[in-house]
Amino acid sequence: MNSWSRFNVTSIVLGFAFLYLPIVLLIVFSFNESKLVTVWGGFSTKWYVSLFHNQGLMDATWVTARVGVISATVATVLGTLAALTLTRYTRFRGRVLFSGMVFAPLVMPEVITGLSLLLLFVAVGLDRGFLTVTLAHITLTMCFVAVVVQSRLVSFDRSLEEAAMDLGATPAKTFFQITLPVILPAIVSGWMLAFTLSLDDLVIASFTSGPGATTLPMKIYSQVRLGVTPEINAACTILIAVVAVGVIVASIANKRREVQRQLDERAAQRG
Amino acid sequence: MSNIAVTDAAALPTVAKPFLTRLGTGFFNRLVIIVPYLWLLFFFLIPFVIVFKISLSQTAIAMPPYTPVLDFRDGVSGFFSGFRDLNFDNYVWLTQDALYFKAYITSVVIAAISTVLTLIVGYPIAYGMARAPATIRPTLLMLVILPFWTSFLIRVYAWIGILKPEGLLNQLLLSLHLINQPLVILNTYTAIFIGIVYSYLPFMVLPLYSSLEKMDYSLIEAAKDLGCPPTSAFWKITFPLSLPGVIAGCLLVFIPAVGEFVIPDLLGGSQTLMIGKTLWNEFFANRDWPVSSAVAVILLLLLTVPIMLFQQAQAKAQEQGK
Repeated sequence: MNSWSRFNVTSIVLGFAFLYLPIVLLIVFSFNESKLVTVWGGFSTKWYVSLFHNQGLMDATWVTARVGVISATVATVLGTLAALTLTRYTRFRGRVLFSGMVFAPLVMPEVITGLSLLLLFVAVGLDRGFLTVTLAHITLTMCFVAVVVQSRLVSFDRSLEEAAMDLGATPAKTFFQITLPVILPAIVSGWMLAFTLSLDDLVIASFTSGPGATTLPMKIYSQVRLGVTPEINAACTILIAVVAVGVIVASIANKRREVQRQLDERAAQRG
Repeated sequence: MSNIAVTDAAALPTVAKPFLTRLGTGFFNRLVIIVPYLWLLFFFLIPFVIVFKISLSQTAIAMPPYTPVLDFRDGVSGFFSGFRDLNFDNYVWLTQDALYFKAYITSVVIAAISTVLTLIVGYPIAYGMARAPATIRPTLLMLVILPFWTSFLIRVYAWIGILKPEGLLNQLLLSLHLINQPLVILNTYTAIFIGIVYSYLPFMVLPLYSSLEKMDYSLIEAAKDLGCPPTSAFWKITFPLSLPGVIAGCLLVFIPAVGEFVIPDLLGGSQTLMIGKTLWNEFFANRDWPVSSAVAVILLLLLTVPIMLFQQAQAKAQEQGK
């Protein structure tokens, strides 16, 4: 197809340069010898070393990781259930309200979500800390999981389930043996999205967190306000590396599974 | 919720399903709906009611820093007599201080301009991706999504080093002798525009791409064969057909951008005014919970129409997916 003209190639190259250049520069200057973030003073990894001696930052990393894993896991279960509800049950009382509550958090300004959750926690007398941040992140991220899983469920062939049911499988068994394996890739990417959103969140965490539960973005934010240092660049680079490796590994695994599935199908047709 | 089980049992193909299976189906179905439903009711809807309630209370030096209103602690009669204590002072306050009004207007204007800019930047990218050879499309798609996975805060932070007076952009322009004096970009509205366009670009490109990819390209060729110039073919065919993507993308950028905090705070400095920052300062610096609640309520009212439009667009897309 020669319709992929020079114009199209140029716009893609420029667009990706715009998307990636700031991130690349950030990574490059994390290896800067000089304390100035914008003047190159030679290659050095000293900021990474000083990073690991920064106890506050390490504590925050540990808190963030725990909040991320717990909230992403719970959010994946809840989000998958929400996606099933949205695609399977088209008629029940309050469906409009339900889909509204699933889609609204996706675009809701974070300051509103954060403030409202904080006021809820105060109203029910829950002390702000690890638990409240986790609950807040579950609420936010389950909606993203729901959207990801839902897009997979929409294209799901339901006759497979009906066949299983006709052959006497219980609904639970049908779900775990037929539905779940098919939508698993979407569930996995939903979990990863939830985890990175939790890892990333500054505003909602600032509202709902309390003493002793400072997350990494909160720590980075407070340091940025004091001034830009290469140490923050180093912390950011590690975060980017973790996420990038995770995404790439997941997408390779996904592709492999897809290839395997196609081979199986071909073998089944031949045999 | 009893009608859930009824409709679903009726939908099952066989009449002679064992009673236990039917019971199991009903229970399973209900659990699937009830658990996320209750969660969202409790953690998403009820908090808004509380925000509204507290926006009607008065500031007090206490913890939590507001006077209780509409409290059930005095029983039901206490709850109803509490209506007399409600006061709209916080809302009156918002209308009296021009700062708030200005902050709302600026936020909406900034969000609208940024949305248009994001559309202008994002459309060629999405179009180029949709026209790319099918073999490299998944890779391009992943490259657009990847920055979205990396931290929002980090991506905004990265721009500080670029836009500073002694930053990389000014160093480059000065060394090329394009400018004689460093440009002041950081801590201006220009920096906010750059930040929003940059951070929200994937939200615009993805819906645009998915509607452009579905488009039947032979329509353009037919128009070309019939002597239609490329630009008018674009405005008469391509753009109208991509409209669902344009609408979804614009709403995905506009709504969160109105209440954005991180970008105006880090790139806009203290001279710029946006409502998300105002709310944050009322809450964290002034510790005025009732006023920040009132700011949130008005912001929410302002965004009700766009949010409902977004939901309709989502529901429509879901219907078409089936």
